[in-house]
Amino acid sequence: MLDKVAEQVKPFDPVIVGFTCNWCSYRAADSAGMARIKYAPNVRLIRLMCSGRWDPQFVLKAFAEGADGVLISGCHPGDCHYLEQNYKTIRRYELLKQTLASLGIEDGRVKLVWASAAEGAILAEEIDHMVAEVRALGPLNWGGNHGA
Amino acid sequence: MAHNGESKPKFAMYWAASCGGCEIAVLNTHELILEVDANFDVVFWPVAMDAKYHDVEAMDDGSITLCLFNGAIRNDENEEMAHLLRRKSQLLVAFGSCASEGCIPGLANLYSKQTMLDTAFSTITTDNPGAVRPIIAYDMPEGRIEILRTLDQVVKVDYSMPGCPPESHQIAAVVRLVIDALHGNAALPPRGAVIGAGDSTVCDECRRTRSEKTITEFRRMATFQPDPVQCLLEQGILCSGMATRSGCDARCPSANMPCIGCYGPAAGVVDQGARMMSAVASVIGGNDPKEIRAIMRGIADPAGTFYRFSLPSSLLRHAKV
Ligand code: SF4
Ligand code: SF4
Repeated sequence: MLDKVAEQVKPFDPVIVGFTCNWCSYRAADSAGMARIKYAPNVRLIRLMCSGRWDPQFVLKAFAEGADGVLISGCHPGDCHYLEQNYKTIRRYELLKQTLASLGIEDGRVKLVWASAAEGAILAEEIDHMVAEVRALGPLNWGGNHGA
Repeated sequence: MAHNGESKPKFAMYWAASCGGCEIAVLNTHELILEVDANFDVVFWPVAMDAKYHDVEAMDDGSITLCLFNGAIRNDENEEMAHLLRRKSQLLVAFGSCASEGCIPGLANLYSKQTMLDTAFSTITTDNPGAVRPIIAYDMPEGRIEILRTLDQVVKVDYSMPGCPPESHQIAAVVRLVIDALHGNAALPPRGAVIGAGDSTVCDECRRTRSEKTITEFRRMATFQPDPVQCLLEQGILCSGMATRSGCDARCPSANMPCIGCYGPAAGVVDQGARMMSAVASVIGGNDPKEIRAIMRGIADPAGTFYRFSLPSSLLRHAKV
């Protein structure tokens, strides 16, 4: 009984899945850690070789399996290690956002952030912003949402 | 799977939440229907013969050899029939797009129950002066109106056969295969397989030429005369060929119409809509987000277009309403 009450008053702690690029944003997160910059511990980072490897399906899968938000990060336009794969990321991202809007998923749950390897502080700040925004939106709870 | 030759194997076909097109597609196999009759006892097929649900209930479990189940699971009646026919059938085939992926009826999963009923019964174009509504306040046998599901989200299916409707030559091939297997002359594919379709994409079967061209705007068929040879997507027409399973011989692009995705996700594709987003993003030109957004505004209904046939079987299955 008391456990139940404790469960109810526990503040919602969002789960954010973050896709990072090996050449920039993953290192940015690393450098933020090394510099002991504090940021919300809600993000589970997944390293890709390039944000261009990222696919809209990754976001849908994350939501279907319980994520409350998804962060995609990569090198600034013009700085892609593989020349221009991050432009593909922009196109897919814009298309995904449009589609998610018609699926009723709030804008703040998916975010694209550019962060070079030197921009650990910027990435940390963006993560904090996003966690606050998703916390305000509340849980997505998709898996339990399928009805029967 | 062999039978003793005395009593013929039994055949059933059922429609749940569907339009009836799958039944027509079966009848469109022309003289093959005679082979079905020669090789099977048709024991249950509401569109073609009179039989009651209690007749099915009275059959022995597993006594129907082949059941083609078309239509999605929309209400309690559909669900009950799915369980009943599962129990009575040796081979239960999710037949056609509704049973396999949810299809057009599954687009209702983009809306709440209330919005759906409002749209069906109370828009300006609806002639319904008495504002009549179906009564769903209590549990009638016809049941609740909930999220639409595919057949395999409700019972285990042996095979899925995509298409809206499945192409008649594919139906003929599948029925022949089952007949041959019954006579011991062929092996059935592994359970769970997609049958009556190919393993690649509609693009692979399409005879149009692709040139890795990018586009600056999306266009609709009604507004211009598309080139008959060039890939439609590269002319700015939303064509689902890249995300869609082959098997129809690229019927629509051959007839100057874009593929709208009726054969469901291509082999290896989990989410047809996500694959479509990637495919469509790859033809959009321009690197500036503003420019990209402007081009994308030409896509009138992204969710309805990318998930036209497969929303209920997609990763998200429905909208947040
Ligand atoms: S996108 Fe459409 S028109 Fe182009 S090759 Fe594929 S199926 Fe053919
Ligand atoms: S081209 Fe596409 S929409 Fe047309 S029949 Fe084939 S799979 Fe279906």
